Amino acid sequence: MGMNLRGKAALVTGGSRGLGEALGEALATRGAKVVLVARDAGPLAEVAVRIRERGGEAHALAFDVGDKESAHRITGAAAELVGPIDVLVHNASTLGPLPMPFLLDTPCEDLEAVLETNLVGPFRIDKIVGGSMALRKTGVIVHVSSDAAVSGYPRWGAYSVSKAALDHLGRVLGAELGEHGVRVLAVDPGEMDTKMHADAMPDLSDTERAALAAPAAVAERIALMIEHVETIDPGARVVVSNWSAPV
Amino acid sequence: MNALAVPSNTFPPATYARPLDATRLLVVHVARGEVREASFVELPRLLARGDVVVVNDAATLPASVFGETARGEPIELRLLALPGEDGECDAVTFGAGDWRTPTEHRPPPPTLAVGDKVYVGLSSKHRLEATIVRAGDRRVGLRFERSRDEAVATLYAEGRPVQYAHIPAPLRLWDVQNTYAAEPWAAEMPSAGRPVDFATLDALRKHGVAVVRLTHGAGLSSTGDGALDAALPWVERYRIPPETTEVVAEAKRQGRRVIAVGTSVVRALESRSSIETTSLRIDARHHLRVVSGLLTGMHDGTTSHADLVAAFLPADLLARANRFASERGFLGHELGDSCLILGA
Repeated sequence: MGMNLRGKAALVTGGSRGLGEALGEALATRGAKVVLVARDAGPLAEVAVRIRERGGEAHALAFDVGDKESAHRITGAAAELVGPIDVLVHNASTLGPLPMPFLLDTPCEDLEAVLETNLVGPFRIDKIVGGSMALRKTGVIVHVSSDAAVSGYPRWGAYSVSKAALDHLGRVLGAELGEHGVRVLAVDPGEMDTKMHADAMPDLSDTERAALAAPAAVAERIALMIEHVETIDPGARVVVSNWSAPV
Repeated sequence: MNALAVPSNTFPPATYARPLDATRLLVVHVARGEVREASFVELPRLLARGDVVVVNDAATLPASVFGETARGEPIELRLLALPGEDGECDAVTFGAGDWRTPTEHRPPPPTLAVGDKVYVGLSSKHRLEATIVRAGDRRVGLRFERSRDEAVATLYAEGRPVQYAHIPAPLRLWDVQNTYAAEPWAAEMPSAGRPVDFATLDALRKHGVAVVRLTHGAGLSSTGDGALDAALPWVERYRIPPETTEVVAEAKRQGRRVIAVGTSVVRALESRSSIETTSLRIDARHHLRVVSGLLTGMHDGTTSHADLVAAFLPADLLARANRFASERGFLGHELGDSCLILGA
């Protein structure tokens, strides 16, 4: 028995484009009540409208996950609109200033800002939602990671550090919440054809770009992972292209 | 009113959001007539395997929003809920000023009639128009004109929790949420649950004590208006999940204790009605049918809270417990210390 997403309340950050938008669609298609969060109200509202036009349930909350004030605003408003959160997907993240600098050229303040959005922001929301999930003995938390979390690529410093820490946040949280029925995963989606990827690597050739995965295909697999979460070790880090659903 | 209860101001209020582990615990064992102080980490050991703890998982609303009427008069609205599918919710109105003035000394709020407009939110970016659709004395019904998503998000961006005259630094939303809170149904914090952190939840379960939930939309504790306050608590909505009903019923069959965290949980469990709202007032005359213990805050003896506590223990034991805690400097009100009453 996996998690049936029909009627479940799902909160997805970074929902205005790319993988977040695709995850919103994938979860809504499976019958989840989806709340999307992003900073830019306009594009975010368009995504929610598109999902609703296709018969799904989607709500848009324009908040910045890197802002301390936003955490309870996001979780409170989301729970009011769709009920206690069953599925929490931390997809929002920032690369920091572009083009991405060497670490020695990265201002400390820029590192702090990247950690605030990619690590502390998700932690704040995990703290709020995790307690309710533990009380209800159900829930899935997904931290969207990157292979930069495990490899030391030059110029990816601030982002890499934040994603490595986010992976480990998920491991410990998974160990603490596992016996309360809450599953935590770090998911490495692989390289996708998104704006973020283009920001990080603007000089790709058309051939190289064509080889990137489509966010919709990756989102489908992550939704499938959530449905089969009980087959994945608590707190595990999963690479999307290496994972297949149990038969 | 309970004649033997301590007079008001027995427990000085906690004046800031103290760390959760600073909370002191008074334990009153009714059958043994015992009163003592314990540490909060002892809580699981004070209960037995098979006992059930029921918490109220309502999150606290950003209930206090400021704005103005169409005539430009300043107004504070204290929302009793966020707008529902119909865009409507109820609120209590307050006049100019803020929490630094005790509510009973605030100027009266502007008069509002059905059809009047109020503008909620002080920043122009987040200004929401609402129409008065019900007008009582100071209790009004509002209909927000924007989509529900926008209205809820804006009220979160503009609102803050209800503030208290005895807490000078503004309380933020994170100061008034319980660890396990989810849906924002509570106009003020269900504060009995404040010391129940994740370590407590984890230790209780490892000790074999079930921790289950209900959601109770606790209302305002005070409006500063004697006539309105006399009618508190107003009708409040609650929801008891079926699994909670089953766990509680099984504990009763097995002769185990059912411990309510907070008076709102007592009221919901004792209402036992299929109609999911309650205005039940509980006092010393009430025979408790479901709940056999209570974890609560320290409150003065002149409140509906003190009346409810009197249903759990004889008046002389209650008076002794209050004296004991008062002499030891227990703090009262929302962010104060705790009391566990283990019923007979």
